Amino acid sequence: MATLLSEKQIAQLKRRVKETPHPREMVLDVLHAIQDANGWVSDEGVELAAIVLGLSSLQVEEIATFYDKIYRRPVGRKVIHVCDSICCWSRGSEAIMLRLQQLLAIAPGETTADGMFTLLPTCCLGACGEAPALRIGRTLYGGVEPEQLEAILDKERAEVES
Amino acid sequence: MRSCEPLLFKNRRAEGPVFLEGYRKNGGYQGLEKALRGMSPADVREEVKASGLRGRGGAGFPTGVKWSFFPSDDAGEKYLVCNGDEMEPGTFKDRQLLLADPHHLLEGIIISCYALGIGTAYIFLRDAYRECAGNLERAIDEAAQAGLLGDDILGSGFSCEIHVHRSAGRYICGEETALLNSLEGLRPNPRSKPPFPAIKGLFGRPTALNNIETLANIPHIVTGGAAWYKSLALTEQGAGTKLYGLAGHLETPCCVEAPIGMPLGELIRDFGGGVWKNRSFKACLPGGASTPYLTAEHLDVALDYEPLEQVGTRLGTGGVVVFDDRTCMVAATLNLLRFFARESCGWCTPCRDGLPLVCWLLERLERGEGTREDLTMLQEQLSHINGRSFCALALGAMGPVDGLLRHFAEEVEDHIRMGRCPLQD
Repeated sequence: MATLLSEKQIAQLKRRVKETPHPREMVLDVLHAIQDANGWVSDEGVELAAIVLGLSSLQVEEIATFYDKIYRRPVGRKVIHVCDSICCWSRGSEAIMLRLQQLLAIAPGETTADGMFTLLPTCCLGACGEAPALRIGRTLYGGVEPEQLEAILDKERAEVES
Repeated sequence: MRSCEPLLFKNRRAEGPVFLEGYRKNGGYQGLEKALRGMSPADVREEVKASGLRGRGGAGFPTGVKWSFFPSDDAGEKYLVCNGDEMEPGTFKDRQLLLADPHHLLEGIIISCYALGIGTAYIFLRDAYRECAGNLERAIDEAAQAGLLGDDILGSGFSCEIHVHRSAGRYICGEETALLNSLEGLRPNPRSKPPFPAIKGLFGRPTALNNIETLANIPHIVTGGAAWYKSLALTEQGAGTKLYGLAGHLETPCCVEAPIGMPLGELIRDFGGGVWKNRSFKACLPGGASTPYLTAEHLDVALDYEPLEQVGTRLGTGGVVVFDDRTCMVAATLNLLRFFARESCGWCTPCRDGLPLVCWLLERLERGEGTREDLTMLQEQLSHINGRSFCALALGAMGPVDGLLRHFAEEVEDHIRMGRCPLQD
């Protein structure tokens, strides 16, 4: 379990929990930390969060399963979130999603065989002025044309490999 | 072209965000100084009430009136929570403000805390806005270093701290009581009201909840005065300026600050560059995904709370989403309802089960498989869902359905009559 976060990270989180008057408020911070280090939050991750926070696993699990940006299943090195809300829809998000499925040879919800990308739809990213938009890892891409996707994926792949 | 001297966007620059030095150079924190040195908390509350400022997060409730329910003078722990969940499709104004000028929000929060006798504020920020969170954290450090935040602010004896809370997705977190649960680390289902958050909110204590844009207006009301602020609007009853989002089928989608009461058509033409590809205007959502559509006959309507209510819709978040003449309004409504159905928290039956039923009916209609009975059933859902759900999510979700059936009944009928979508070749 300790391998999910370093001893130092766990100690830091535990110290913050001790200092804050309402430790439960930190549940997303702890889950984010575990996810940042491991890509996703496993059952062991939920248990670790519960220990750090002094909660039961169930109390953490009902939070972890609620939020769509906490991944409770393994994901690729980078998660591609394609906005499918109204502004992006009106400017071609369906074509973006279809092209990505072709390029990656996966359906939404799946991960590429090489473990590089997971493809997910997402609701509005707050980038309506740059629609259609998508997010890969932490990078937001706006005004995306289907023809640009291959180059975008190459760039994202190269970033991981370098 | 009519525009206005920007208030909230006065420091917005192409080269990136403005921090403390730039903010102060352009009049920043003068409102805070004026409030702390020359006004009592009650004076500030009165000024905000007199300004006519209404909540910019969607519901449009008068801010001063909302604050008047808050036990400002009671002792004990009280909180201010800034709602920065901004997840209503078509809404991206708060992000623009935080990307440009994070201190603007901080000053608004500090003055509001002073007015309401609050010592601790939380900024609840959606997961997608990591960059905004970074800007805010840097601004909070700067403000604390400069004595504008923390203990004994500017030697006034007033103390205040601000925390940034990063969320992890889900639209329901923008509902104020769900947001409180989320912030406390509980599952973010809405709470029943009463008790209202002003009486029993975060951690069971009195809590004031306001949107980012609402709070960012406060320094200007304090600096310029209520009468001046009110006079900025183009309508008699309106007040102030608004951050409008312009998205959808426009030549130049953007986020602009313009007076409250700006005519819809003028905003679309002058700032949105008109409908894209030389096509014509068919409809728009005037204020985000939950506001009933307007049509070409409404292009003269003033973008203000009352005038929009008179034509059966709402100003909402001010996120205008335009549809061109090739758009199928059944398909657009289906897209919107899929969003709401997916984002339902599942707590109450009308929302959890009703919205998927509405999606199913719209899918049938869009595929050309819909019948008169389906249409009747769709109409019935307006009364079956509205007013019967636990929170306002489902009510908002039915806004586009209401607009579809009121303004595009013929187009819906055509789907049934022709057995296909009339807008698809």
